[in-house]
Amino acid sequence: MVPFAGWEMPVQYEGVIQEHRAVRTDAGVFDVSHMGEIEVEGPQAAELLQGLLSNDVAKLEEGEAQYTLLTNDDGGIVDDLIVYRTGPHRFLLIVNASNREADFEWIAEREIRGSDVRDVSDDYALLAVQGPRALERLGLPRAKPFTWAMGNVGGVEVMVNRTGYTGEEGVELACMADDAPALWDAVVERGVVPCGLGARDTLRLEVCYPLHGNDIGPQWDAISSGLGWVCALDTEFTGVERLRDVKERGPDRKLVAFRMTEQAIPRQGMGIEGGGEVTSGSLSPMLEVGIGLGYVPATASAPGTELTIDVRGRQRRGEVVTKPIYKREES
Amino acid sequence: MPASESYPDDLLYHREHDWARIDGDEAVLGVTWYAVDALGELVHYEPPAEGASVRKDEPYGEVESVKAVSDLISPLSGEVLEVNAKVVGAPETVNEDPYGDGWLIRIRMSDPSERDALLDVAAYRQVLADS
Repeated sequence: MVPFAGWEMPVQYEGVIQEHRAVRTDAGVFDVSHMGEIEVEGPQAAELLQGLLSNDVAKLEEGEAQYTLLTNDDGGIVDDLIVYRTGPHRFLLIVNASNREADFEWIAEREIRGSDVRDVSDDYALLAVQGPRALERLGLPRAKPFTWAMGNVGGVEVMVNRTGYTGEEGVELACMADDAPALWDAVVERGVVPCGLGARDTLRLEVCYPLHGNDIGPQWDAISSGLGWVCALDTEFTGVERLRDVKERGPDRKLVAFRMTEQAIPRQGMGIEGGGEVTSGSLSPMLEVGIGLGYVPATASAPGTELTIDVRGRQRRGEVVTKPIYKREES
Repeated sequence: MPASESYPDDLLYHREHDWARIDGDEAVLGVTWYAVDALGELVHYEPPAEGASVRKDEPYGEVESVKAVSDLISPLSGEVLEVNAKVVGAPETVNEDPYGDGWLIRIRMSDPSERDALLDVAAYRQVLADS
């Protein structure tokens, strides 16, 4: 167990690698109740969020969800989050645990008449059930990614969100906090493998989902961080002018994915020759090579470009690759 | 399958969780079950070069699990005669058999009297009990 954003979290149950492979081949469950939930409600709720979030909230129908960014004046990323439209005038934001308070304050300070912002994190628990057999094991119907519906798992009423952080098909189940132990037991009884923070990190890294605090943050603009695709630059939100500028002239540095061509495991903070830095690194349990994300000069960011990483004094080679690093082999 | 906990009584131990099996003026070195269990499944072994010198109490290489890196501390001084190539290719061998197939290097000792400073199994178990 390790402390994480004020919670005691398991790094692993049986082993990072076996948990990782369970999610890629069958199904695994992560207790992600530490994540924050913020509710925004009122006739002007959509207007408030459109001005604060990078993606186009107007495109969101009830029953749908959207990956989006809370941006600052420089186009930097205060947090990345998923916004769910839970009613005509109601939205639920599921945010990173370590940013829960900052996000709530950021939004609450900018509240407008006709919108009400509440931190409801303590009311909800969240279990992510991920993997190619996740839905089958839970007895839930297939649904389009980034949608949600109410459902029932093992007698517990849950909000079934077709979202996740692993690159696999799966759901994130939100329930009332008091129901969480019963829901966990019901999921595990169906043969879903308990997974810790360790596997959560290696799974997301293989598919190049950025981790806020490592790969993205307030100091890097969203375009340089490779998240231009969630910035609706034709809408007005905090920092949009700056992002339009960066888009127009092209970023100086870019967040790239890479894999090692020599035996070595890159780690966060290691230097990349030519003025870059590793922001996340690990061994890929599926590919069995070192992989990572890092910032490099835009001139050295094309897939196929060789890079050299300083691994505690040893120079080890890798190359920039297209995202995601891991893709299921087509069969 | 990871090995279950054991500390053979024919080995000498270093408090940084390394073991030595001494045979004449040569010694085979490795890490103990305790160290391996703390790290989890090993995924990388960074060995010294054959012919390199290692010094007692100083790092001679590294092992890594998915989440952590650990220096390997030499219990004895000497010259590296052989690196275990099996562990370079399959680091998890150390988890499966830390005192057998999972050995790390074989050295020629430069100062055989250094063995007197190492711990026997009872003293090493005491280190674990106190930690």
